[in-house]
Amino acid sequence: MSKEDSPAPSAPVPPKPAPAKPAAAGAKTAAPTRRSFLSWMTLAWAAFTASMLAAATATGRFMFPNVLFEPPPTFKAGFPSEIQVGQVDERFKQKFAVWLVRTAYDQYANASGIFALSTVCTHLGCTPNWLEGEQKFKCPCHGSGYYKTGVNFEGPTPRPLERYAITLADDGQILVDKSRKFQQEKGEWNNPAAFLKL
Amino acid sequence: MANLLDQIKEKAKLLSPAKVGEYIQESQIYRSIFRVGVPDSDRKRMLVMLGSVFLHLHPVKVRKSGIRMRYTWCMGGITFFLFLVLTFTGLLLMFYYRPTLEYAYVDIRDLREQVPLGIMREIHRWGAHAMVIAVWLHMYRVFMTGSYKPPREFNWNVGVILLVLTLLLSFTGYLLPWDQLAIWAITVGSNMARATPFAGHEGPGAALLKLGDIPLVNNASDARFALLGGRFVGEGALLRFYVLHCVGLPLVAGFLMAIHFWRIRRDGGISGPL
Repeated sequence: MSKEDSPAPSAPVPPKPAPAKPAAAGAKTAAPTRRSFLSWMTLAWAAFTASMLAAATATGRFMFPNVLFEPPPTFKAGFPSEIQVGQVDERFKQKFAVWLVRTAYDQYANASGIFALSTVCTHLGCTPNWLEGEQKFKCPCHGSGYYKTGVNFEGPTPRPLERYAITLADDGQILVDKSRKFQQEKGEWNNPAAFLKL
Repeated sequence: MANLLDQIKEKAKLLSPAKVGEYIQESQIYRSIFRVGVPDSDRKRMLVMLGSVFLHLHPVKVRKSGIRMRYTWCMGGITFFLFLVLTFTGLLLMFYYRPTLEYAYVDIRDLREQVPLGIMREIHRWGAHAMVIAVWLHMYRVFMTGSYKPPREFNWNVGVILLVLTLLLSFTGYLLPWDQLAIWAITVGSNMARATPFAGHEGPGAALLKLGDIPLVNNASDARFALLGGRFVGEGALLRFYVLHCVGLPLVAGFLMAIHFWRIRRDGGISGPL
């Protein structure tokens, strides 16, 4: 294989541009001193860093949409009279992941009424089932069990189920707010917002 | 008639393999691709390794111990081979799979039942399992042969990041079939992000980030939300995991793999027994 590297001589060499004349204005503007040059460089780097940080922040913000197409955190759950005393209402389990439990006496609120219990197992986030015969919530994943109050008593779960904020809406329906939750182990079930007294 | 036969024989001589080979090797197309010719000396072979964009990542010379299966187990090479297999089969799957709640599950089912060569999806899945195993064995081998020691400590760290990326690729791919196993595995797995310090709404320090009464890190503004694109595993999570699985993570992994291979060469080739 021949390796003759012959520069193409036929191509016309373009004429070299005339050497740039020193700027006429150069006589008037003083050459930048080292100090002013460094301060300008500092400013430039600061501006560059700031713009990069702003771009990174904006990119991060991009991952958080302004509108969510999810079920709203608050929902109306019908009238209190639709739930019997001692009943675990499973109507809102599928859509809102909430059980409504009506009890004759709740030791945390020291009253009778309704509380909203989260259906998310506090072990690893599966959904337990309400077993009417055994009067307990039982998680199919790893066997965690909870009393009707939501307090855990068997299986690997470390803490009770969570309760959500519950009130009566203006039209007399139950209003559950899933954005506010109350944890028994933190002593939050005593909070009046965690229980609907009836 | 004999004249015609002679003519054909004459033409056939021009078509002998040697002649054809000569003709191809002298053509402009061939010489524009292979500029150096057949590397018939050590020097030329070295130049090929140094000059080729594909080969320059590799060491110019490999020690005899470096190609001993009992020393390397070839686990790094197998991992890379599996990555190529997964890239190729994954690309094919992308022609059928649609990452939406409506189609994700049925598309995976149809890939098995309605598409020719229905084993393609299983190859992707088995290859993924094999790659995770191979990566661990590769790491084990590197550890047992002390190949993480200087001057290779930088490449060890690149390898650790690649291990994490492999696991993340496995994790993101796990959601895509959109069956109960996938949804709950990702629900459980992404719950870990809740406990990120400061960035997860149940993590340490998150309660300190408050604006008056309003918590800045809540379940719609924390690390888990950024991962899932929602407060639970749903449409947003499926799409985000799909994009990460097919584009984001492979890009980063490919970039780091180039560095990983190149550093083997820079650090003096595959480590050998002292």
